[in-house]
Amino acid sequence: MVLRLIERTAVLLVSLAVSSVLVFGFMAVLPGDPARVALGVNASDEAVAQLRQQFGLDRPLATQYFDWLGGLLHADFGTSYVSKVAIGPQVFDRLQVTLWLVVVGMIVALVVAVPAGTVMAARHRKISGLALSAISQLGVAVPAFLAGILLIMLFAVKLGWLPANGWTPPAENPGMFLRQLVLPALSLGLVQGAVLTRYVRSAVLDVLREDYLRTARAKGLRPFPALWRHGLRNAAVPVATVLGLQLATLLIGAVVVERVFVIPGLGSLLLDGVSNRDLLLVQDVVMLLVVAVLVVNFLVDLLYVALDPRLRVGQR
Amino acid sequence: MNTYLTRAVALAGSAALLLVAACSAGSGTSTGGSSAGAEQKLAIGLVAEPASLDFTTTDGAAIPQALLTNVYEGLVKQDESGKIVADLAKSWTVSPDRKTYKFELVDNAKFTNGAAFTAADAVFSINRVKSAWTTSLKAAMDVVQDAKAVSPTQLEVTLSKPSNDWLFRMTTRIGAMFSQTGIDKLATDPVGTGPYKFGSWKRGDSIVLQRNDAYWGTKPFFNQVTLKYFKDPTALNNALLTGTINVIGTVQAPEALSQFSGNAKYQVIEGTTNGEVLLSFNNSRPVFKDTRVRQAIRSAIDHKALLDTCFAGRGKLIGSMVPPTDPWYEDLSQVAPYDATKAKGLLQASGAGGTTLRLRLPTLPYATSCGQVVKSQLEQVGFKVQIDQLEFPAAWLTSVFKNADYDMSIISHVEPRDLGAVFSPKYYTRYDDPTLQQELAAADAGDEATQVTEMKKAARRISEQAAADWLFLLPNLVVADKNITGLPVNAIAESFDLSKLARS
Repeated sequence: MVLRLIERTAVLLVSLAVSSVLVFGFMAVLPGDPARVALGVNASDEAVAQLRQQFGLDRPLATQYFDWLGGLLHADFGTSYVSKVAIGPQVFDRLQVTLWLVVVGMIVALVVAVPAGTVMAARHRKISGLALSAISQLGVAVPAFLAGILLIMLFAVKLGWLPANGWTPPAENPGMFLRQLVLPALSLGLVQGAVLTRYVRSAVLDVLREDYLRTARAKGLRPFPALWRHGLRNAAVPVATVLGLQLATLLIGAVVVERVFVIPGLGSLLLDGVSNRDLLLVQDVVMLLVVAVLVVNFLVDLLYVALDPRLRVGQR
Repeated sequence: MNTYLTRAVALAGSAALLLVAACSAGSGTSTGGSSAGAEQKLAIGLVAEPASLDFTTTDGAAIPQALLTNVYEGLVKQDESGKIVADLAKSWTVSPDRKTYKFELVDNAKFTNGAAFTAADAVFSINRVKSAWTTSLKAAMDVVQDAKAVSPTQLEVTLSKPSNDWLFRMTTRIGAMFSQTGIDKLATDPVGTGPYKFGSWKRGDSIVLQRNDAYWGTKPFFNQVTLKYFKDPTALNNALLTGTINVIGTVQAPEALSQFSGNAKYQVIEGTTNGEVLLSFNNSRPVFKDTRVRQAIRSAIDHKALLDTCFAGRGKLIGSMVPPTDPWYEDLSQVAPYDATKAKGLLQASGAGGTTLRLRLPTLPYATSCGQVVKSQLEQVGFKVQIDQLEFPAAWLTSVFKNADYDMSIISHVEPRDLGAVFSPKYYTRYDDPTLQQELAAADAGDEATQVTEMKKAARRISEQAAADWLFLLPNLVVADKNITGLPVNAIAESFDLSKLARS
């Protein structure tokens, strides 16, 4: 167990280091000079050079990299090239918004996927199971942004039940917050839920074929109680892994959904940063997303061990 | 067990209550009520959000669009027909040598930080353009030799040479009047004399302007105006359809207009802008040194068909670099009418038939769609065209704009009165024509009548010489709730003037 923890931590740290070099490297080779974009098309070369110096873009790449990394380790995200305000507070403001989306989206996905996947597995030869299977197949094929556009067309434009876009912080107006959260969270969660359903289904199917479940059935338990008592915990192991991996897709889905619903989250910050050539900001946000995904995978690994006692015995 | 049950019921109950509250909270609220005397609020949907609120150091059209004439005012401004009219200056005179301007200022204007506006602030603002501004626009102030306050309401500005252009540039952001005591936080807390004061800014979402109740002029109708920003045209349209906003300030996709024009709840306004969509030539390339090649391109393009195909027929054919709102506008669209036979003849005579022209397009919707039409029309008369997409802004700015590494490109030039700037040897068009430069200099130095005649000559010259091709002038397309009045028909100033808007 301890060995596994050390091993996982080492993998996490190395991945973090490698990805920071990659993120920085990609930004450095991207065409387009942030100083020129900031100053506008007719700026003189002297003015551009001066701004480059002010941004520290004239220093050697290695120095820029270590300064950036050092700053991040102290939670200092630097100052935006374009807006000239500190990046840190902006990023954390936007992160709160995106977290709401991702968390509620994930809850929607689980609420959809766990019962649907279980039913699909338990009745996989019956009509109801096959019908659910077909619906989930359709859900997998629909990208989150398309789901968003369809939901807007139906519930906002046609029926007028919910707002088509916008975002209000929960503290400011909880009612409005909920109304505006419904459609984006649904478009993110339903699509994700459809994907997850298929994993739940196959995990439960695997469990159904296990000897201990047959034993439970033989002792007289009906299929669903048997699953509930003995099967779901075991099925949860592979599902938890997938859930961790899906967090990355969910974050990317949130970026797109934020655009469709005009939500000022991390995704729209990232897109604005890219179009304004606000490279430092882009670098920070991308790195933050990378850290989030890596850390979640690390935690899922640990959870895996917690859920499945067999893995605790350090068998390698 | 019992406690669990009660807790669960209570939880479910409160969740249900919250949902019901949520649903009822929004159903009746639209932006702004219509009852008289109530808070009048307006929300306008726009496309580009400012990166900062400080246009003295950050470029881009979004900051003056929001703040100029609304929060900041200048000595002079442009009215909707393009004329220069009084603003913080009641009147002005020009000396016979056209180098000294005397401005008589209003005496009751106040900044929102409480300070009174005086000639000293005007001197301070003018000098500050030269000393503290970093954007390229500051160059227009170089011609000012001296600015001095004769009295609190009298300002005298001396130019180093006569320049009509200077007074015009004073209507743009470089003419904005700042408070000497209000420039510490320009990027976040702008202070001006305008009818609105800065309220708040939710980055990534909206800017709120509040009515300045101490405004010296006619107070605006709306107490509060929210400028909401949308990156995606569909989201912008949906926001109007669902009542989140009342006005779409600039329609980006003209093909989407049909969903509003057929609906009695909305009004659609179409006017003109300063945005000439240019098919630019790199005039330093050998193939474009031959006037016949350039003229062949102009004759080969069926502009009417092009406009119908790539901009839903909205927009105006102008045939040169002058929009209808400039005093020297002439319709030059017939200088080079569509004539495929003539184009083939010119191309053959020039002997440039086999050359492949590289059309490098920025990744902007209108450029991409119009570029395809240009390619097919040119190829019908014997040109070879290779399309090459460049990411906008960064890649296009570096390759085409800065390094002039291109043969042809398509982009809209939205700066006002930009004929001289665009057709100069230093610009990416690399257009080197001494006669044109003489005409432009004479226009800038002469009186108003001379300016008009000389500018007409210059506009006709670049059109006849085919220094570029003018595909069309971008239309100003505004969609709004039926009851909103005072919307600008033409978008020619840098600002979106909110002061005349009202609800009937």
